Amino acid sequence: MMVPESYYVGLSAVLFTIGVIGVVIRRNPLVMFMSIELMLNAANLALVAFGRRVGNPDGQAVVFFVMAVAAAEVAVGLAIIVTIFRLRRRLSVDDLSLMRW
Amino acid sequence: MTDLVMPPVLLGPLLPTLLVLGAGALVLLLDLSPRPQGKEVLGAVALAGIVGALLATLARWGKSGRAFHDMVVLDNFALFVNVVICYAAALSLLLSVDYVRRSRAESGEYYALVLFTTAGMMLLAAAGDLVVLFLALELMSLSLYVLAGLFTQALASSEASMKYFILGAFASSFMLYGIALTYGATGTTNLDRIAAAVAGRSHDPLFVIGMGLLLVGFGFKTSSVPFHMWVPDVYQGAPTCVTALIATGSKAAAFGALIRVLTVALRGAQPDWTALLWIVAVLTMTVGNVAAIAQSNLKRMLAYSSIAHAGYMLVGLVAGGMSGGGSVLFYLLTYTFTTAGAFGVVTLCERARAEAVEVGDYAGLAERHPVLAAALALFLLSLIGVPPLAGFVGKFYVFGAAVRAGYLWLTVVAVLNSALAAYYYLRVVVYMYMRQPEGAPVTYAPSLAGALALVVALVGIVALGVVPAPFVDLAQAAVAPLVR
Amino acid sequence: MTSVSMLMTFVFAALVAGALLGIPRLLAPRRLTPVKAEPFECGKDPIAVSEGRFAIKFSTIAIFFILIDIELMFVWPWAVIYRRLGWFGFVEMMVFLAILMLGFLYIWRKGGLEWD
Repeated sequence: MMVPESYYVGLSAVLFTIGVIGVVIRRNPLVMFMSIELMLNAANLALVAFGRRVGNPDGQAVVFFVMAVAAAEVAVGLAIIVTIFRLRRRLSVDDLSLMRW
Repeated sequence: MTDLVMPPVLLGPLLPTLLVLGAGALVLLLDLSPRPQGKEVLGAVALAGIVGALLATLARWGKSGRAFHDMVVLDNFALFVNVVICYAAALSLLLSVDYVRRSRAESGEYYALVLFTTAGMMLLAAAGDLVVLFLALELMSLSLYVLAGLFTQALASSEASMKYFILGAFASSFMLYGIALTYGATGTTNLDRIAAAVAGRSHDPLFVIGMGLLLVGFGFKTSSVPFHMWVPDVYQGAPTCVTALIATGSKAAAFGALIRVLTVALRGAQPDWTALLWIVAVLTMTVGNVAAIAQSNLKRMLAYSSIAHAGYMLVGLVAGGMSGGGSVLFYLLTYTFTTAGAFGVVTLCERARAEAVEVGDYAGLAERHPVLAAALALFLLSLIGVPPLAGFVGKFYVFGAAVRAGYLWLTVVAVLNSALAAYYYLRVVVYMYMRQPEGAPVTYAPSLAGALALVVALVGIVALGVVPAPFVDLAQAAVAPLVR
Repeated sequence: MTSVSMLMTFVFAALVAGALLGIPRLLAPRRLTPVKAEPFECGKDPIAVSEGRFAIKFSTIAIFFILIDIELMFVWPWAVIYRRLGWFGFVEMMVFLAILMLGFLYIWRKGGLEWD
């Protein structure tokens, strides 16, 4: 049985929304960060699904670059989180309140 | 099995970017050399890379080139933005030489990251394809996230880095999903082919949502309201020389890419995005200026002021056409010199072994360091838009374009905002010239390179203010092929 | 038809589970005392973080692993059509790997691979 592309697109939209909600309501940087990764991967799924519908491999090629970028983002993000953790010994964005307008 | 056709490799249009990246790689290699002294060489190499890129950019003027299946489009528009970015990067490098030495940071990484982020900015302005746009944006942003938190002794710095990272990555994800939906709606990621694919059916819901998400991402990167929350915290917490780069270079690059996407891919939907940007421009100007009034921290005040200036640039975008687009490019140039100069003065002022960042710290600066105070006063006057400085001419052309395009009310709001802005800029001038300092006075952190940067910025704002016409003509010529 | 009955089962299960969670919330009294809020620790006072402590020194290695690991993704499709790409593909990949190796060299010389 063939699964139509629109199902994949729908799934990616759901994943993307979960990611957005995760970033907005969670307060732990690591979890927010995972939610952002979820958003990126939702976009990847959409790209592959659209690639099949459109009938050219561009979408899949883009996914490669997105994955590489996501890996770089993971590296930078984790490094920043580890640095903050070393300075504060705690991890919550609510603690990041040195600057308030 | 079909034969593979090898794509032609034309590195010419990438030359300025490659020079910067090559300098970055060289800095990394030199940093590995065991000699602990001579780290200043790295700064010199980095500066040489930027100057080389600037010269290569100027040499290519008028010769537009496309490479890698139109993925990179180095036309006059990109070249103009590249010039702005090169100036921003060079000024920021000059300002940071002594700053980096004083804070004893890992200078090799610092210079390499500045070069990588500059390369990302230059590529962003030349992106003819949404994929390159995304990659360049990430190259720029990821380097900036690290730069913002590189001086980790200060908690505020790593806090700024964290906020910048989370919100920036959040915005990038929106952008990427927008790219995915646009690809689904049109079957391509190339800007020209997107325009061709949606010709006559630009209200396709998938395409509208995709482009909407893309614009949300741009809103973050150009610090437009309602996506401006990160700006004050990041500008305040990041090292000041990095703040100067974020405020000037990354904004110029983001506006460059935004103009290209709007005028090329969304050519057919101009009335729609004009209406949208009208609202965003009014909000951005007003929120930026009103919030700036309440600030006592100079860096934070300049952050809100930079939000307001993004609003003025959006006014030029709303005006559209050759005069509107050209005025935005010219505004970017004037804004870069002015803002980099203002942040430059902040890097040179110390109080009690820390940076002088409170407005109150600047009380009595005119008596102790008249030259420095005069320089900051000139930059602030240029930000207000006092003739004959560059800021005035920039505003003049942007507002003029808006009036000619028939956006009278928008111009009225913008002019009122400029008047409002005068209050908080002048307050700093009043402190410098008419107040006596309380407690320890501000001292000048001597820096030859920093002084050179201030001189370059001052010459820039005076020259652009006195003889703007040739530069405006260049800016309009640069934007002409896009708007047609 | 089977899918419909399966769906019904799922819906029914969700309803029962939801009811079990929801009804006490509506009916049961809620009195939160400090003793109740403590994690259960068999009569002892809880003294440490429940997840325990872990050595963060390996995290740098893990981060480098992610980076290099993902770059290999570009090598895979290249290897699949290596013969058809010919010299062009070879040179391209060497340029790519050279840049990657520059980064690796930097990590190595800066002591990023030493975890003590």
